[in-house]
Amino acid sequence: MPEPARSADQRAATTVAAFPGAQVPQTAVKEPPFIRIDHVTKRFGTFTAVSDVTLEIQKGEIFSLLGGSGCGKTTLLRVLAGFEAPTEGRVFIDGQDMTDLPPYERPVNMMFQSYALFPHMTVEKNVAYGLKHEDMTPAQRAERVREMLDLVQLTEFGHRKPHQISGGQRQRVALARALAKQPKLLLLDEPLAALDKKLREHTQFELMEIQEKTGTTFIVVTHDQEEAMTLSSRLAVMDKGRIMQIGTATDVYEYPNSRFVAGFIGSINFFEAKVRATGGETVEVEVPDLGGIVTARAIPGLAPGQPITLAVRPEKIHLSRMRHDLPNTFPGTVQSLAYFGKDSLYRIALPSGHVMLVNSVNARRTGEHERVADWEDAVFLSFDPAAAILLKD
Amino acid sequence: MAGAHTDTAFQRWFNRKGWINVTIATPYVWLVLFFLLPFVIVIAMSFATRTPTAPPFSFGGEHPVLNTAHYARLFQDDLYVRAYLTSIVNAGIATFLCLLIGYPMALGLTRVSPAWRNILLMLVILPFWTSFLLRVYAWIGLMGTNSWFNKLLTTSWNWLVPTDWALRSIPMMNTNFAVVLVMVYSYLPFMILPLYANLEKLDRTLDEASMDLGSRPFRVFLDITLPLSVPGIIAGGLLVFIPASGELIIPSLVGSARQPMIGRVISDEFASARDWPMASAVSVALLMLLVVPIMLYTHFEGKSHEKRKEGA
Repeated sequence: MPEPARSADQRAATTVAAFPGAQVPQTAVKEPPFIRIDHVTKRFGTFTAVSDVTLEIQKGEIFSLLGGSGCGKTTLLRVLAGFEAPTEGRVFIDGQDMTDLPPYERPVNMMFQSYALFPHMTVEKNVAYGLKHEDMTPAQRAERVREMLDLVQLTEFGHRKPHQISGGQRQRVALARALAKQPKLLLLDEPLAALDKKLREHTQFELMEIQEKTGTTFIVVTHDQEEAMTLSSRLAVMDKGRIMQIGTATDVYEYPNSRFVAGFIGSINFFEAKVRATGGETVEVEVPDLGGIVTARAIPGLAPGQPITLAVRPEKIHLSRMRHDLPNTFPGTVQSLAYFGKDSLYRIALPSGHVMLVNSVNARRTGEHERVADWEDAVFLSFDPAAAILLKD
Repeated sequence: MAGAHTDTAFQRWFNRKGWINVTIATPYVWLVLFFLLPFVIVIAMSFATRTPTAPPFSFGGEHPVLNTAHYARLFQDDLYVRAYLTSIVNAGIATFLCLLIGYPMALGLTRVSPAWRNILLMLVILPFWTSFLLRVYAWIGLMGTNSWFNKLLTTSWNWLVPTDWALRSIPMMNTNFAVVLVMVYSYLPFMILPLYANLEKLDRTLDEASMDLGSRPFRVFLDITLPLSVPGIIAGGLLVFIPASGELIIPSLVGSARQPMIGRVISDEFASARDWPMASAVSVALLMLLVVPIMLYTHFEGKSHEKRKEGA
């Protein structure tokens, strides 16, 4: 996972001349938020696309809106760009109320999912398009276009038309065009969705590098959790128009606040449970499907007898043929296994009939007969109390 | 399994490669028989000599091979030059007005809800369900000096201008104005439909991108919508201009006899004057006049296609 905060010196050194205002993301320092989305609701007829969303984003962040299709993430992005007026709530950028400004008066630019390059203009003209309305001399304008094309490494392609370049190059033209006006905020709608897997990984890092050079605040909409986790300093998980959780990738993956977030990001095993005893650092919960009692790290506000969900990530479960004297150890049978090379995914049937996913790294080079467990083997699985996530909803 | 055997034999016959040639050849045969052949006859006729026989022309005589006198007359008698000019100017004005009226309508059609779009498209096509002749006659009624339409226009005119310019009625019938008005009315759907087909395919996110980069709505139209709709404008323009320049019925019914359009000249030469060779020469010259813009169009279209291929 990339470290979101980089040193100020390193950032200043890489700032390009076109972006004199480039700054460090100051997630640690408490200052008024650069972007404030204040109780925004957007309804289309009776359908609520965005429901009472409040968000604060700092300058220089790469912030991701993550969710499935129809969760309202794109609508929220369009509200920020000015294409949709919110039904309720206000949007502030750099302290200014943007809610009633049309898109052409906002210091915001967008990179469209389809790139939306103008097919009848050359790459150069596409990048220069937004500068027409800026107060610049033709020489300054040409200089800026050159700088932008350098930034995305397309200097040679200025005279081509969009249909004469590859998909990856088109994506970079779209980025250069959106950055040319030096927006205070850049919106990226599924920026990598149209690229193939290899190019996507490469472009992801390129995007981060460009963000670092320009210091522009990025808001990225994506349905791809891996993309959101690697790209962003913070992310918001959305569902049905609501924000379910905001935090760093680690926060959201390791400390999900709801069943939805836990299930949306990565794979996870859920169990119905009931609180047995509270007090101290840990709490004991009764889990009928596991056939026993699980010790988990305590969360505030639990009372004995309260129904609760226990969640455990597959890679945090230890699998062995022998019973070790560890907390949270339960017997099971290997129902099936899938070998992926670096790791294997086991489906373990519990005595209750419940099937649990266990992910085990193949750290040692072993033959088929020496692996941790094989089909139909009786095994024991165990997990640390810290790995047990308790979810109230 | 005799049945299965005949089946495969039939299928083999049915799937024969030769059918593709038949399919391709059919329209070509049709075009050769009913377009190219008559056209060759007309060209041949234009070089013949008028005789008081039936049919009223013959080859040979004074001009044994080619009689080019008719083509020479096209330039000598200024009736023809004036008729060509009137036709092209009238058709040009009508095309321009159709574009001016049709473009906003076509654009509007792409911006309304699908339910409304179907109703409005239907309304654009609806006039075709009534006889064209009937609709021209309706205009004759409207433009007449005693019609409510004329009275309405006259009243508005008199209300707008100083009293000494006041009119009893507006003379509209038998003028070029009437010809252009009825042509615009008649050919408007031929402008709207190809334009609509073109505008409807345009990616609306391009408009949003333009707006996002600082363009106000009218600027978006000038920078994005208009240049990308040029193929639609050309297609609609040709569909209006070509039939309008050869139009016969409209100028005959509402036009001025002193300013005839070329279609009427051709008709008069054939029917009243029974000068088939002259009529043929006028027709061939008109076709040449109209073929030039089409060739220009296909030339530019071909070029842009080539460019697209180069890039791929």
